Amino acid sequence: MQPAFRGRWGAPALTAFTLTMTTPLEAAAQTNQELLRAMRSMEQRILQLEHKVRTQDELIETLRNTEDTEGAARAAGSASGDPASPATVQPASASPATVQPASASPATVQPASASPATVQAASAWPATVQPASAPWSPSQPIPLLSGSRGYLNLSLVGIVDAGWSTRRDPTRIQLGDHDPIRRGFSLPSEELVLEGAVDPYFRAAASIVFHLDEHNQTEVELEELFLVTTSLPWNLQLKAGQFLAEFGRVNQQHPHAWDFVDVPLIAGRVLGPEGLRNPGARLSYLLPTPFYAELALAVHNSEGGKAYSFRNEEALFGRDADVGDPHSAGDLLYVPRLASSFEVGDEHTVLAGVSGAFGPNASGHDTDTQIYGFDLYWKWKPVSHDGGFPFLAWQTEAMVRRYEAGQVVDLGLPRQTLEDYGVYSQIVYGPARRWVTALRGEWVDGDHGASPSDESTARRVRISPNLTFHPTEFSKVRLQYNYDHSAALESDHSLWLQTEFLLGAHAAHRF
Amino acid sequence: MRGVTIAKTNSLLARLARGPLLTLLLALAPADASPADRPRVVATTPDLAAIVRAVGGDAVAVTSLARAGEDPHFVDPRPSFVSTLNRADVLVEGGASLESGWLAPLVQNARNARIVPGAPGYVAAATGLTLRDVPASLDRAMGDVHPQGNPHFMLDPVAARQVAANIAAGLCAADHSRCGEHSARLKSFQTDLDARLSAWQARLAPWKGTRIVTYHNGLDYFAARFGLVVAGTLEPKPGIAPPPAHLTGLVATMRAQGVALVVVESYRERRNPDFVAQSSGATLVSLSTMPDGDGANAYTELLEEMIASIVTALERRPK
Repeated sequence: MQPAFRGRWGAPALTAFTLTMTTPLEAAAQTNQELLRAMRSMEQRILQLEHKVRTQDELIETLRNTEDTEGAARAAGSASGDPASPATVQPASASPATVQPASASPATVQPASASPATVQAASAWPATVQPASAPWSPSQPIPLLSGSRGYLNLSLVGIVDAGWSTRRDPTRIQLGDHDPIRRGFSLPSEELVLEGAVDPYFRAAASIVFHLDEHNQTEVELEELFLVTTSLPWNLQLKAGQFLAEFGRVNQQHPHAWDFVDVPLIAGRVLGPEGLRNPGARLSYLLPTPFYAELALAVHNSEGGKAYSFRNEEALFGRDADVGDPHSAGDLLYVPRLASSFEVGDEHTVLAGVSGAFGPNASGHDTDTQIYGFDLYWKWKPVSHDGGFPFLAWQTEAMVRRYEAGQVVDLGLPRQTLEDYGVYSQIVYGPARRWVTALRGEWVDGDHGASPSDESTARRVRISPNLTFHPTEFSKVRLQYNYDHSAALESDHSLWLQTEFLLGAHAAHRF
Repeated sequence: MRGVTIAKTNSLLARLARGPLLTLLLALAPADASPADRPRVVATTPDLAAIVRAVGGDAVAVTSLARAGEDPHFVDPRPSFVSTLNRADVLVEGGASLESGWLAPLVQNARNARIVPGAPGYVAAATGLTLRDVPASLDRAMGDVHPQGNPHFMLDPVAARQVAANIAAGLCAADHSRCGEHSARLKSFQTDLDARLSAWQARLAPWKGTRIVTYHNGLDYFAARFGLVVAGTLEPKPGIAPPPAHLTGLVATMRAQGVALVVVESYRERRNPDFVAQSSGATLVSLSTMPDGDGANAYTELLEEMIASIVTALERRPK
């Protein structure tokens, strides 16, 4: 029906063009009337034509079915006896020699590029799935792009947030850089993703994020750019570039994979507003166990805001920051992780991990930070599901930060080790296709630095229910309420509406 | 003195080895490590696994990632699949993007050069098939269209015939010593399928041209092969959940065209199909579209069951 559809809009446009050329301006209203009438009659005509085409299509389909049935029956009948019939020219079955050519090009999906053996098979057997030799009909798609794949997958993930908070400046309570950060509208993370195979040995990905800051200025950042090996021996895999550190669960996820509009408090506090990510390299080893177990060690640069609890220009716990230059390999940031997964019965999958992040911080001489994390993800999904629904997922992460804070003589702050910690736990339930509802509870607390009323270390509790509607897996609309209570800021209420879309290649889901 | 110490250590080690350590090591060792001579074949869906069993017989060990009764578009990429793929000698996937929502990262993380696209152990089942509904342009406004065309070709026995040949080629590439065996089994599978196909078509011949409505475009190949006409789908476009307005229109079309059956995959929700069937006077048939069980004839048994359910439903309808 494609050509008819095009004609439907093409023809009136042409008429409109002719009429504007020949009619004086004063008669515009009259012209519109005529135009409308012309369009209506044309539409009628097109509908008639469409109907006609449809009828012909059905006829063709019926004929084709008859043809197929007869062909197949003939072939099937002759398979038992007659050696001259096409059925004996069987696809690549005669001998190992004929089998091999087909395997030479197993990656091709289209018959045109398949090996001679398969092509022969496809044409000799009278009933291929849809005979390529069938006469062209308007309903038959024109295979211009059939099976073509680009060298890289390109996609744009857009997120638009809108909402209101009782806190006039929501940046004080929303800790993530990609959270909704202001009353009214926010564009927190507009992500351009390029991904693909470099050659038989490497894959590469880049994600370039645009977002509007609190003054509506566009900020561009290279969120990730990395190379990952595909064919190292001994179950090893090496990744190099800038990438989200494999610490816990939420830190590895891009905002569009989150189950909430904002980052959990504990992640915002200890891994930082931008998440823990810095230039570095990671080596991972897939253990040869019958269950899934993966051990990874990453080394990252330890300076800057993306290594928030480490050599960050921003002082933590009221200390002065002195970033300096790294003296030895010990001044880098080390992120080890062990993750393992197992299945409980047919319907439950558990994925658990322990992570660490160890490196120097900028608050003094020889001062280090250690962050420990534990994460658990438990998903129930029945064997029989429709579009991935229903499901129930429980996710919890706990983190502890041990920060060796340097001495500040002027302020009378001693050298001391400060600890803070927190946990979030969330339940995500998808009762039926398209609908997902979730509830998250959070708690963070710990030692205070210079001032007990410091917002960044005060005890905080947050409860966030939300409801998400997915028209398809390429778009979503989410409404979330946050009840927030901080020992430093009292209670706040926020309501956020988030819409998200994905244009382009659909990256596969990760567990 | 020194010797004594060593002897002591040895005996301790030996005791440890016989005791809990050995148990632990055995528990940690890959469970399917013993049949080292049998190539391990991983199929993405149970229908492909069934064909692998038919062609490979006892010469291969087959695992399916998706399970029967599961919507194959939305399989959870469970981490254990990475470990399974890591040890695979052959990977059989559809090759028409049915698994695009979950397979690629698993294969990439499996670190197994034997099964990546282009390697001898990689089999795209659709190789050599001409698929239906290849989109003229890739436009998501048309729903979840796959660039290679409609990926539900496995319900057409003639396509399965070709898939079996592709799989035989893949198995042969993975283990040259068994090529003859695979060829023989392929031939008998195809001969058996040919005979059954004629019988199936004969069974459905009286119902030729019967109009059916399906949920998704998952039964198009099946319908075309057996002379049924798909008059519409509950989904307005592939992968788009049915909106009420579309269903109302569909019911009108069904009444006008005298649609006899609403055929849905067993894993689909039943509320909308029930509504459509009841309002239009059609009969609802819920079918398994993936073989369950690991017998050598699982695929032909599936088709047998599907045809039986459809014929039974048609026969029970008042004339």
